Amino acid sequence: MNHLRRHGWLLATLAVALSLPQLAALCGQDFYVSFASRLLIWALLASSLNLLVGMGGMVSLGHAAYFGAGAYVVGILSVEAPGWSSALLVWPLAVALSALLAVVIGAVCLRTRGVYFIMITLAFAQMLFYIFTSLTPYGGDDGLSLAKRLTLPGLAMAGDATFYYVVLAIFAACLTALGRLQASRFGRVLAGIKDNEERMESLGYATFRFKLVAYIIAGALAGLAGALMANQNAFVSPNMMSWNESGIALVMVILGGLGSLWGGLAGAAAFLVLEEVLTGFTTHWQIVLGLILLAVVFFAPRGIAGLFAKQP
Amino acid sequence: MSWPLFAEQCLNGLQFGLMLFLLAAGLTLIFGIMDLINLAHGSLYMLGAYLVASLAQATGSFALGLALGVAATAAIGMALEIAVLRGLYRRDHLSQVLATFALIMIANETTRALWGVQPLVLNVPAALSGSVQLFAGIRYPAFRLLIIAVGLAVALALYFLVARTRLGMLVRAGASNREMAMVMGTDIRWLFTAVFGVGAGLCALAGAMLGPLLAVQVGMGENILILAFVTVVIGGIGSIRGAFVGALLIGIVDTFGRAFIPTGLRALLSPAVADVAGPSLASISIYLLMVGVLFWKPQGLFPARG
Repeated sequence: MNHLRRHGWLLATLAVALSLPQLAALCGQDFYVSFASRLLIWALLASSLNLLVGMGGMVSLGHAAYFGAGAYVVGILSVEAPGWSSALLVWPLAVALSALLAVVIGAVCLRTRGVYFIMITLAFAQMLFYIFTSLTPYGGDDGLSLAKRLTLPGLAMAGDATFYYVVLAIFAACLTALGRLQASRFGRVLAGIKDNEERMESLGYATFRFKLVAYIIAGALAGLAGALMANQNAFVSPNMMSWNESGIALVMVILGGLGSLWGGLAGAAAFLVLEEVLTGFTTHWQIVLGLILLAVVFFAPRGIAGLFAKQP
Repeated sequence: MSWPLFAEQCLNGLQFGLMLFLLAAGLTLIFGIMDLINLAHGSLYMLGAYLVASLAQATGSFALGLALGVAATAAIGMALEIAVLRGLYRRDHLSQVLATFALIMIANETTRALWGVQPLVLNVPAALSGSVQLFAGIRYPAFRLLIIAVGLAVALALYFLVARTRLGMLVRAGASNREMAMVMGTDIRWLFTAVFGVGAGLCALAGAMLGPLLAVQVGMGENILILAFVTVVIGGIGSIRGAFVGALLIGIVDTFGRAFIPTGLRALLSPAVADVAGPSLASISIYLLMVGVLFWKPQGLFPARG
């Protein structure tokens, strides 16, 4: 029965996701297609952060650094190499460079733990933010507009519905991979490290290496999310790596459910839909959203995923 | 580099560092004693600046507005501690980040609703609007001198409070070992509320002092909050002395970085490269300092926990 219910949820989610552009067209609200693309990209960013925070216990307040880095790979290449118009070339490059950045930053940050880790990840993200703010050849403070979306063979990427399906496919693939990762030996070791790092160390695991690999994967996925967002908005700016964006990603993870596979999606959906609905009612929607978040902290400490899970 | 320019930058660095210390002192105690990551500390700074600016305008006196604004912010801080933050001490850092992030949203939007989106003007009192002849060839704005004096006086008063009074003894006991202090019979609850009130008051003081120099606007809290956190981490969480040294270090490094790195690089590199690298290197200098400190001393310069 439980099995059936879980599959029921999954099928219902998938059905809504697949038919969303048609539903939006029926309602005459094409705006919701690009809204859904943005939602899925945020969900990918939050899911990558959830690997770090929820599975590995590494609370980063600087995850937007990779989001912005992936976006700037797309942005800078559109200026320097306008001929490189294929997403098959540029997106993997964005992922690879974000991963490389994560190797360097992660190797330094993971020397610290707890509060110090929060602060040092924040410091690195701030550094990147200020570097890109003063990078005047690429727009500096004002950001950089992209002429058009990258291309994929056989697809009309300029269409919002087509782009939505591409983002949906990428998100589904990433989520499946994250699920496999969570169930693998690697995921178990990571969960063990989150629980008690000294214990795993004395069991003979090279905990630093496991944490660094998790950090690199999270950075790479965030870079992919950034590259997608650059294409979605046709715009990149240093604000994508500001600490506010890192904070929002973290809020989404906590809101959705720490360490839960669907937590990133649930959190991103809850946050963005709430924002969308509340802006319709009042210009001061941030007060209401803030109060809702406070209520979540005090009354639903395990997030949205916790509401669905069996009571322990 | 000429001598007057060097002296002026030293004073600017000292002034910025001392204001940072006002924020970091409260933050490091809240962080160290209550083990609370309070992202909303910057919101108290913003709220303090708004209250002082409004009250100074209403009463027509900067000093009166300052006193009333600081007292009001301290009261708001204590109310916030009792109503919301008290419930977060036993929670993990993540819940604290989420809750205080929510408080930032509420504070920013409430401020926008009450005062509007336009920045507020907080004028330097007329008596202090001129500049003072310090040494031969060096004139310095009187208001900035006042900031330095206020900063030094508060640092001295805090030192006295922490090192010489009963309240300070309890604070130090709480910072070095919270459980032991509670077991020894300290009433932690009112101590936390009191520390929070003092921290909020210091925020308002810093906001009022920096208000005439920077703009009093929504979002002013977040920029300086991160600098205050960097200060706390460099100095060692829970250590007032660490916060003082860290704040001065950051004030000097940041001021000198902005004043001298761009011109220095222009002498070394081609102008095109220097014009991009200079400003970015200047604005990340303090973060490099923090990463360097944490790399060699992961607990900060003056770890408070024994």
